[in-house]
Amino acid sequence: MRGGVTDMLNKARRMRAGLRGWGGVGAMFTACALALLLALLLTCTGSTARTTPDAAPAADTGSNTARNAPNAPNAAPRPGTAHAPGTMAGAAAEAEDCTAPEKQTLSPSDADGPAIEAIKNRPGEKRKLIVGVDQNSYRWGYRNPNSDAGGSGNGGGTRLEGFDIDLVHRIAEDILGDPDAVQFKAIPTAQRIPAIQSGRVDLVVRTMTITCDRLKDVAFSAPYFKTGQQVLAPKTSPVTGYDETLADRRICTAKGSTAYAKLEEDRKSGDLPASTDISTQVPNQLDCLVRLQLGEVDAVVNDGALAASQAAQDPTVELKGDAFTTEYYGVAMKKDADDLVRRVNQILVDWRKDTKNGWQASYDTWLSATLAGDSSKSEPPAPEYLRKS
Amino acid sequence: MSVPAAILAATYDHGGGQVTLTQTRSAEAPPAAPAEPPAPTPPRRTAFAEGADRLRHAATTEPGRLRIIGALLAALVLGFGAVTAWETTDRASAADDVLTSSQPLSSDAADIYRSLADANTAASSGFLAGGQETAESRARYEKGIRTAADKLVTAAANADPDSPSTPTISKLNRLLPEYKGLVERARTYNRQGFPVGGAYLRYANEKMQQEMLPAAEDLYTKENQRLRSDYGRATPYPWLAIALGTAALAALAWAQRRNYLRTNRILNHGLVAATVTTTAVLLWLLVGHTLARSGLNDSHDHGVRSLTVLNDARIASLKARGNENLTLVARGAETRKVGDETVDAYDYDFERNMDTLAKGLTHARRLADDSTGEKPVAAAVGNMTEWQKRHDAARKQDDNGNYQQALNMVIGPRGTTGECFDNVDANLATALKHEQNEFKSAATDGRDALTGLPVGAAVLAVIGALGAVLGIGRRLSEYR
Repeated sequence: MRGGVTDMLNKARRMRAGLRGWGGVGAMFTACALALLLALLLTCTGSTARTTPDAAPAADTGSNTARNAPNAPNAAPRPGTAHAPGTMAGAAAEAEDCTAPEKQTLSPSDADGPAIEAIKNRPGEKRKLIVGVDQNSYRWGYRNPNSDAGGSGNGGGTRLEGFDIDLVHRIAEDILGDPDAVQFKAIPTAQRIPAIQSGRVDLVVRTMTITCDRLKDVAFSAPYFKTGQQVLAPKTSPVTGYDETLADRRICTAKGSTAYAKLEEDRKSGDLPASTDISTQVPNQLDCLVRLQLGEVDAVVNDGALAASQAAQDPTVELKGDAFTTEYYGVAMKKDADDLVRRVNQILVDWRKDTKNGWQASYDTWLSATLAGDSSKSEPPAPEYLRKS
Repeated sequence: MSVPAAILAATYDHGGGQVTLTQTRSAEAPPAAPAEPPAPTPPRRTAFAEGADRLRHAATTEPGRLRIIGALLAALVLGFGAVTAWETTDRASAADDVLTSSQPLSSDAADIYRSLADANTAASSGFLAGGQETAESRARYEKGIRTAADKLVTAAANADPDSPSTPTISKLNRLLPEYKGLVERARTYNRQGFPVGGAYLRYANEKMQQEMLPAAEDLYTKENQRLRSDYGRATPYPWLAIALGTAALAALAWAQRRNYLRTNRILNHGLVAATVTTTAVLLWLLVGHTLARSGLNDSHDHGVRSLTVLNDARIASLKARGNENLTLVARGAETRKVGDETVDAYDYDFERNMDTLAKGLTHARRLADDSTGEKPVAAAVGNMTEWQKRHDAARKQDDNGNYQQALNMVIGPRGTTGECFDNVDANLATALKHEQNEFKSAATDGRDALTGLPVGAAVLAVIGALGAVLGIGRRLSEYR
């Protein structure tokens, strides 16, 4: 009798366990079915879904144009938007057919406007240009620990220097009449856009690539440098470039950089092996070199210009393969600081023209050593100014 | 008697039908059945019952009663002595632990935390100063690392393999060389003029802030818990010993009264000796323990509490200095949202550290119970006020974009916030030393109050028990 009862109990327990297992499978099945259904629905309504994310920045642009009333009429007569009954749709179209972001800037002008007046009207010692820079990009914007700080008495090494810094001094000289009327703020890669939007800095000159995404949040000057993403790895590494040799490798990128966006996109599309680990993201591109040297990652993907400056600090690493994108650096400013954008574009034109103390001189001083001498590969094309407002 | 009968009955009842049952029963039955004689014998009685009977017999005669009383008295006195020795040994060893092991370890743990933070601050100042760091900042960094390494060895030697501190200590032992390696790399690259040196320093700082300092804080907390539990073992009243002592005295008094009533003799030498020794042990216990307790409580209230507050204040000042340096190192790279405002993360932390320091100093001043203890704390308060003043001036320069001037006001040759920090640190070190001495003398007094008590109690109790036995024996001999 007792055996029978135990048997029955066991059977019931087994049955319940079995049911529980089936419950799990059932739930999973339902979840799968739901997911499939949702995916189907999404593809069906794809056209409407795609326009929705654009609507938000469009509204933003709309309010901006509304604020700058005199410029508003310019927005209407645009190719492909002529039939659109309003600035909102026009801006949406602009974002959609953004193919050459480096051309989306305003034509140069010397005139002072509200943004420049505000900088000039800063009282006393605060009458300085506040610029977001990097202090870790060798030869671009960095603290040379061995430089002379000019009689500071504590060994020097506090001055920032580099290609970007030269440009900053140039802008300060032009706007405020004093190349040293600058307050430098060091900004991590991911903080560049928030720093501009919150008004913590007037401009960002920090090897910042002009992209369509970023154009939604900030305004860019004309490009002042041409570069492209490249792979950096130890000389002994089997990695040969941006290709299948990156399978099973760990790649380091800077948080919020164009490099990470590209890697993520390519891994989804299958251009980058799915087994590549791109989870390591650091606040500053230079931190990638630290991780690489400590063996925590196998390769670094970065703008070629910056990757070269990393390689210049460590003779055991090198650039692998050619650049696999084309990117342009620009000066970033607040979206509605039109007069400042025009002014910076004017300064850039003059800087490129100036052969003695301009672009070429800075290139020779800072970059010819790390970028193998030839400046023609880095020169941006003649600027185009397609943005009208 | 009834068991075999039941077995027989069962065997007969089931007959041959139940084969298995009969077999098992019969297997048990044979040894029982022949061994049991049919005639009833008196049952075996327990030793206790027999003893109780014998006692009852003995209690009917006076010599028997006297023997019982003597045995009881001796047992009570001996028991009292044994319990006293046991309870005071326990407390004496706990008091000794407080003085020689757990407090030094807790202060070592505070030192580990402090020297790690100090080394990290020195490394970041060295970085701020540029390629050629000063000999002082280098020496300060090395000293911090060395102190931390030394104290870690002491801590490791004093921790049991299964104590909660052990994993923390080995973690710190593992991280320390890693950290040092990162700083050395930073230094080498810095000398070559490569900014990757700064990246190494940031990485080292991250390791320190996120792994090492929390581990050191954890160790400090654990050692403090151990110190508290040692205090908890050393100070409670030995109630069992006191109760037994009182009972022994009461029993002795009753025995002597009984003796007096029966024989009209006032003094029985043996019993008087027993009473005297028992009283002596009880008094010694009460006085000794009260003294020990007050010494230990004193060492806690005037030593440990001040030490904890001062250590916390010193750590806050170190953190503040580190954050002050990092504000300039990071140059606005780290921000934090406070309410609607975006503020510099390091500067925000600095202000909070200064608040902690100010509160700590006020508290320490209240706890300081003599002028020697109060003077350095008061001086530190003055240094702190000056520090805050100079810091505000330096921040103003930095906010106006005069980075170099700001830097000079923080790590320059003279008139810097660094001087104020050094003064705060030195004054706190003096105050800590004073409080450490206060603790040591009070705790030593406390521990020494128990010296000899366990052994003395044991010896006196044996004498007292002998006295009781002899005293009763003297009475007993009158019956022979």
